[in-house]
Amino acid sequence: MNSLPWITILIVLPLLASAVLWLVPGLHRVARPYGLVVSLVTLGLAVAMATGFDTGTAGYQLTETHAWIPALGVSYAVGLNGLGLVMVLLAVGLVPVVLAADWHAADDPAEREDEDAAYVARRRATFVALVLALTSLMVAVFAARDLFLFYVVFEVMLLPVYFLIGMFGGPQRRAAAVKFLLYSLAGGLVMLAGVVVTYLHGPRGDQGFLLDSLAGAVTDPVTQRWLFAAFFIAFAVKAPMWPVHTWLPDATAQGTPGTSTLLVGVLDKVGTFGMLALCLPLFPDAARWAAPGIVVLAIVSLLYGALVAMGQQDLMRFVAFTSVSHFGFIVLGIFVGSQVAMTGAMFYMVAHGLSIAGLFLLAGYLERRGGSRRIDAYGGMQRLTPVLAGLFLVAGLASIALPGLSGFIGEYLVLLGSFQSSIPAAVVATLGVVLAALYFLLVYQRVFTGEPRASLREARDAGTLRDLTARERWTMVPVVVAMVVLGVLPGPVLDLLTPISQVLAMGGVQ
Amino acid sequence: MIDYSWLLVAIPLASAALLLLLGRRADAWGHLLGVLAAAGAFVVGLLVFLEVMGQPSEDRIHDVFLYSWIPAGDLHIDAGLRIDPLSLTFVLLITFVGTLIHIYSIGYMAHDAARRRFFAYLNLFVAAMLLLVLADSYALLFVGWEGVGLASYLLIGFWNHNLEYAVAAKKAFVMNRVGDMGLIIAMGLLFAAIGSVSFTDVDAAVTAGALSTAQVTAVGLMLLLGAVGKSAQFPLQAWLGDAMAGPTPVSALIHAATMVTAGVYLVVRSRLIFEASPTAQLVVACIGAFTLLLGAAIACAKDDIKKSLAGSTMSQIGYMVLAAGLGPIGYAFAIFHLVTHGFFKAGLFLGAGSVMHANGDSTDMRTYGALRKVMLVTWLTFGACWLAIMGVPPFSGFYSKDKIIESAFVGEGWQPWVFGGAALIGAGVTAFYMSRMFFLTFHGKARWVEAGATVAPDDPRPVRHPHESPLVMTVPIIVLAIGALGLGFALTLGNGITGWLEPVTGHYDHDAHHAVLPVPVITVTTLVLVALGIALAWRQYGMSPVPLTAPTGSALTRAARRDFYADDVNEGLVMRPGQHLTRTLVYADTAVVDGAVRGTASGAVGLGQLARKLQNGYVRSYAAMILAGVVLAGIVLHLVRM
Repeated sequence: MNSLPWITILIVLPLLASAVLWLVPGLHRVARPYGLVVSLVTLGLAVAMATGFDTGTAGYQLTETHAWIPALGVSYAVGLNGLGLVMVLLAVGLVPVVLAADWHAADDPAEREDEDAAYVARRRATFVALVLALTSLMVAVFAARDLFLFYVVFEVMLLPVYFLIGMFGGPQRRAAAVKFLLYSLAGGLVMLAGVVVTYLHGPRGDQGFLLDSLAGAVTDPVTQRWLFAAFFIAFAVKAPMWPVHTWLPDATAQGTPGTSTLLVGVLDKVGTFGMLALCLPLFPDAARWAAPGIVVLAIVSLLYGALVAMGQQDLMRFVAFTSVSHFGFIVLGIFVGSQVAMTGAMFYMVAHGLSIAGLFLLAGYLERRGGSRRIDAYGGMQRLTPVLAGLFLVAGLASIALPGLSGFIGEYLVLLGSFQSSIPAAVVATLGVVLAALYFLLVYQRVFTGEPRASLREARDAGTLRDLTARERWTMVPVVVAMVVLGVLPGPVLDLLTPISQVLAMGGVQ
Repeated sequence: MIDYSWLLVAIPLASAALLLLLGRRADAWGHLLGVLAAAGAFVVGLLVFLEVMGQPSEDRIHDVFLYSWIPAGDLHIDAGLRIDPLSLTFVLLITFVGTLIHIYSIGYMAHDAARRRFFAYLNLFVAAMLLLVLADSYALLFVGWEGVGLASYLLIGFWNHNLEYAVAAKKAFVMNRVGDMGLIIAMGLLFAAIGSVSFTDVDAAVTAGALSTAQVTAVGLMLLLGAVGKSAQFPLQAWLGDAMAGPTPVSALIHAATMVTAGVYLVVRSRLIFEASPTAQLVVACIGAFTLLLGAAIACAKDDIKKSLAGSTMSQIGYMVLAAGLGPIGYAFAIFHLVTHGFFKAGLFLGAGSVMHANGDSTDMRTYGALRKVMLVTWLTFGACWLAIMGVPPFSGFYSKDKIIESAFVGEGWQPWVFGGAALIGAGVTAFYMSRMFFLTFHGKARWVEAGATVAPDDPRPVRHPHESPLVMTVPIIVLAIGALGLGFALTLGNGITGWLEPVTGHYDHDAHHAVLPVPVITVTTLVLVALGIALAWRQYGMSPVPLTAPTGSALTRAARRDFYADDVNEGLVMRPGQHLTRTLVYADTAVVDGAVRGTASGAVGLGQLARKLQNGYVRSYAAMILAGVVLAGIVLHLVRM
């Protein structure tokens, strides 16, 4: 079974399905069920692939290596380690949820009055095709074992996201999409320079871009630092960290809830994934050198994101800023120099993907009911939509690391591990725990408690405002189940991640 | 049976999940399942208890391994339960009192449309509380610790369509999280020092002296921060009064009998840490002594029966914290008082609930009066609990509190005088405020008018129709009142609760240490002060007419009414500056951080134009740009190779 080129299948299948959907107009009418089926098949294949995965080793598995542009030393080399595997599972697991949740996202052509059936069908097909193409790229970016391949996927991935935000978002979607793109391109260009120079220091040859060939290639400390910085900046923009985070709130405020879920839940993780998979193995000395500064930045992100989240008026921007805080935790865990904290950071990446999906999608459901993303447009929604309220509470509690839910394991390990390296840093980071409780419960209070607004109550009485539909509930089932399972039984995932942190962890533990 | 002790947590948890998932489909029978789950946990707890009782004293500590919970390399945490006399004492208290309060709630919440959800939350609380006391590591304890915080949040805010209640719930959770931060820091320090957070490893390391005095003091103080948050001790006490927004059974179970005592549990459970750090231990005792007076003063000043009881809870837990801070002499007495308090305070709250039930949910004691005639059972049971909390022999509080007061007088230097003095004064004040409550509620003249009676139009008294509560509510109170009467004596029979707890709390030779005053003198002084407190209260609230609105009162009274300005301090020191900081940062984020980026972007003219063009619809040009980037990379590489 393991002789199958699993990863290539996972990359090609959604991409092919996307192209077919795009090219065959007859499929446009059934674009949404088509997309759902393809994404579920992809998920099924990914799960089948995972069953054959060998835990307990940090190395790449299921590897495939083929020459791509031998003249330039570029290979199509893919493979997964434990971290790559869980990220792929998170990505392909969220896609069907997002497709089902954004079922109607392409139905509101904001600026067209002359809509006709064919136009709507085409829009829907475009949306689904973009999401499927993105699926394939997400798998590829987490599986790339070739630096050039990684870079290409890293950049090309911007396109579907750009179109998803720019075509299907809110009124200022174009500006938000451009801002997203400019930021990412700026980061990407810096990284491109780093990619090239790293290659030049490597052994070159037919497989000169393979990560295995490049590890340990750059020995000069100063060069290492420059290169580290080039990669780190690109990843910090992606993650995003303070002070290069400002594209994220705009993008999420304009994007559809599903787009934002994939963007923040998975794509932003490419930033922290890159730090783990590229920065640390390629430039270990520079990483150790830069770690104290990065830890400070991470703690600033963590507190800053939490404080600014408290002052937001827009639900999506609120969730975005909580993410800035959470990425602060993740980056802290990666660089603080503790194996336990790094394991926690990797776990956090998965857990955050889940809580983000819950919060964004439920905020989207709320918007479909109340017609606004503004927090103060609501009040008392718990009485009108108790199921929505309950699920939002669960997702929020997972996000603020309530024990028993997935968010806790990551945050707890990051914090406890940090104490091994730096007690002052750890104590300051622990403040984030209190701020998190405050920002989330404040929003919950403003949206869901108190007396319902008269207009909302009338809408409920008139039957136009209802609790979650069956489809909406079903989208939340896998998310909530995963939150609980990972909170109670994190063992299997930790077993995949621990070997990696044991290889990568810097400083304190060594 | 010990191997099945996980059922203690699993049964109420499963019931809670079922009640929440089934939703309205379970409305008809949800409360019954809730009661059954609590009772089931009690039965399991009793069976485990009986098995452990049958074992010799030194074999009564069991660690039950459940599964490997967090295997993360250098940190490996197993989920396991610690079955020992301390945890079993709590198990029995939680499940027994919990079951009674579940039963009471059937009647109390009968008219609430969301009664099923209420029982789901109560079950969730019981599960989390049992996990808290049964956990065999600080990490798993923390799951229960925050779990009870969540249940408390959900139940305080059960009627959160009232925004004030929602705010109270949030306040409780956030203040608790400040305490939780202390617990996390303590765990972090322990992990950094010894690589584990299990009770067994920590105890072994502390015994072996693996931690420096500074480390152990820091851990102790951080654990204490957690304890004061959960147990509403100074300086994190301000949430408890507001928490009375929750339905009264919640106040009885969570905010009197069980959850708020978790801080005491934590200190006793971590006793080796505190014994290794006399500084931390002293701080524990000081906080207990201070809070017992603070809470008592607040209890004297409140006209709201529940808020007065909340002040009393704060004060009684102060006694327990004080006892726990006295060291080996006090641990067993702290737990003893915790158990008796669990009964009589739950009884008082349920009695208060019965009174409220009869008075149109009014909590204002100034509108009560002379209720004994119409609420005989409530009056008698409340009376038993009243005598118990004051420590009148032979009621249960006498046995437990008197021991704490005696122990507080043991020691050297200033400490016995300060701690003993505080405990002694506290006993007198307790008698005053409890008698004030008792007389205001049940005695004196009625300050309400019977519905249907003819009244003068300018009569300011509210119209009420007080009546005794149904059996489903009074029977649980009667059981608790019996406990308030007899439990203290019962727990001193044979080896008593102190002997039972000895495997955990350690042996202490009480004959080897003497109080700075002779014990009979302490006991008699206590009783004289109690009598004085009752007499004062009778003179002011029993014999004299009580005005419907509170008189202005002294500066002390006014301060106590406002909880000694705790909210104002919190607001001035934390909330206002915090809000200001948030506003500034939000502004700076758009104006400065984002502005700098936008400035850079539009400063470069070409880029600016490009951006504008793109916004005009030339969206696809970016595809070209990315492609160009990739091609560029290829060209560069190619050139380099040549």
